Amino acid sequence: MYSYSDFDEAFVRARVAQFTDQVERRLDGSLTEDEFRPLRLMNGLYLQLHAYMLRVAIPYGTISPRQMRQLALIADTWDKGYGHFTTRQNIQFNWPKLPDVPAILTALADVEMHAIQTSGNCVRNVTADHFAGAAADEIEDPRPYAELLRQWSTDHPEFQFLPRKFKIAITGAPNDRAVTKAHDIGLRMVKNAAGEVGFEVIVGGGLGRTPMVGMVVRDFLPVEDLLPYVEAVLSVYNVLGRRDNKYKARIKITLHETGKAEITRMVEERFAELKPLFGGNDQKLLADIREAFALPAFRDAPTAAYDAFYKADPVFRAWADTNLAQHRNDQYAIVTVSIKAHGQTPGDATSDQMRLLADLAETYGHADLRISHEQNVILPHVHKSDLPAVHAALVKAGLGTANVGLISDIIACPGMDYCALATARAIPVAQEIATRFNDLKLEHDIGPLKIKISGCINACGHHHVGHIGILGLDRAGVENYQITLGGDGSEDATIGEKTGPGFAYDQVVPAIERIVLAYLDLRQSPEETFLQAYRRVGVGPFKTALYEAGERDAA
Amino acid sequence: MSRFTPKVITANRLREGDVVYFTADDRWTPFHHEAEFLEDEAHAQLRLLDAAAQKLVIVGAYLADAKAGANGPEPTHFREAFRTRGPSNYNHGKQADHAL
Ligand code: SF4
Repeated sequence: MYSYSDFDEAFVRARVAQFTDQVERRLDGSLTEDEFRPLRLMNGLYLQLHAYMLRVAIPYGTISPRQMRQLALIADTWDKGYGHFTTRQNIQFNWPKLPDVPAILTALADVEMHAIQTSGNCVRNVTADHFAGAAADEIEDPRPYAELLRQWSTDHPEFQFLPRKFKIAITGAPNDRAVTKAHDIGLRMVKNAAGEVGFEVIVGGGLGRTPMVGMVVRDFLPVEDLLPYVEAVLSVYNVLGRRDNKYKARIKITLHETGKAEITRMVEERFAELKPLFGGNDQKLLADIREAFALPAFRDAPTAAYDAFYKADPVFRAWADTNLAQHRNDQYAIVTVSIKAHGQTPGDATSDQMRLLADLAETYGHADLRISHEQNVILPHVHKSDLPAVHAALVKAGLGTANVGLISDIIACPGMDYCALATARAIPVAQEIATRFNDLKLEHDIGPLKIKISGCINACGHHHVGHIGILGLDRAGVENYQITLGGDGSEDATIGEKTGPGFAYDQVVPAIERIVLAYLDLRQSPEETFLQAYRRVGVGPFKTALYEAGERDAA
Repeated sequence: MSRFTPKVITANRLREGDVVYFTADDRWTPFHHEAEFLEDEAHAQLRLLDAAAQKLVIVGAYLADAKAGANGPEPTHFREAFRTRGPSNYNHGKQADHAL
């Protein structure tokens, strides 16, 4: 995997030293909170409901065993023994104390990690397909481009004070696992008629208060034009983007206010100016980066043991059916480790679990680990003959849950259990839905179904693109949950449709149950997924199930 | 003009981030019921200035709605109720640190 250059190392160390000094000056009173707040946010340190929170970037979701162990050490030494993986491929520590933060940042720098640009109006952590470099359906590993973007955007002097935060996602596969259409810039690798590789450039997607599916501004961008083109988009946005109104400051609004044709014209014009200035240096850099992402030396060994085990052991089979994905090498599989045991907090891993995952990656997984935006951990390269051993180890550590892509594999943001911006809780709703459907023993029968929950309109839990989305609101001092249906975060990105009035905290799980039972009733066959059924019948039957069931019972 | 509703002053500790409440004798307590109960708007604003002046102890002091209870002020909004305890998914935060 990619290793820091001397520049990165020096830059990160300098920032740690600078922030260490700033913390000291805050603690001795030389800096006021008003002066200190922007400085701590630049270093990923938030003050949340009950404590500080440190958000650490995991660039494009790729992390080494050594880094994972360091996160475990940080969790044990300065936090409460766990970390929370987020929908932006970050990890959040929920309980750091301010005087300890410099030591934590030093420990991160020791393993080439940091918390820079995880907050503020800059280019945030570039996210990528968590199966990158392993997926069978991939054109090319998108991570060298993500790394190029990371280096270019890190401390970029022009883009530290954008109108608003800026999120870029990239995928190398036609099946979009990186929700590229809901990002400020989404990059989807495609081939043109001549068979050359390039990017479809999508701009202005985003969730939050005004959810929008991004628009394609360039059907085919040759890969070598990536940096000048992205810089052109940012530079047009930097000028046009509104700074007078925080709610209208994202590029999606700029795009709608200015019009796609005009923005595209401006971007292309700026691109023509910028392209010659890059002078091929970015391509030299890209060539070096590519080497760091070379494929691992795959083993060539029989897989008969896997086939036999699959036939013989129903528990293993259930797990294999849900948690494995097709690898580019037939002898291998991509393992998604569910961090969503029924009733647990989505995305939370204990330090012991982190260490076990690091060990498994080293022993069986070519020392590679990924964090998915769906808050799970991926072992991208496991030889099939090793799968029974990996599964056994995971089960022992409480990580063997066979639910990936199913109803209990829920995305939930921290919500009002941690987040200062929240209007309602999200985590306990996820816990209760998972527990309820586990009790009903319906999960595998229901099949693929993505529930996503946010604790406020900011939509960190991606509820708009959940097949079932749940948004927690504060309605006159009471938690209230609005349900949307039919959202989709894939290449067919769709914003979900509101069903109607929201539900009180203790009514939301029964409401979800009514929706799911209605689906089981109306689907044409077990093969028709929830989303397919929804697209066939529309919101009507689900509304009836949600809002008229009570009356029917009474009748 | 809307009528002033009773308040307490709350903030987070600068070093630890813990939720605290401002008492009538200028201390910061982890217990909501020990907070000074502020029924007069002018007095509440003055006390908020006193509280915010303790820049080396706390961060982000503000007035939060409260009501009178048997043992002292009680929160009225669920957000403030959560802040008295800690998260609901783990026994962490004040509910663990100050288990009664
Ligand atoms: S969606 Fe809202 S509550 Fe959830 S993490 Fe984002 S800002 Fe916080």
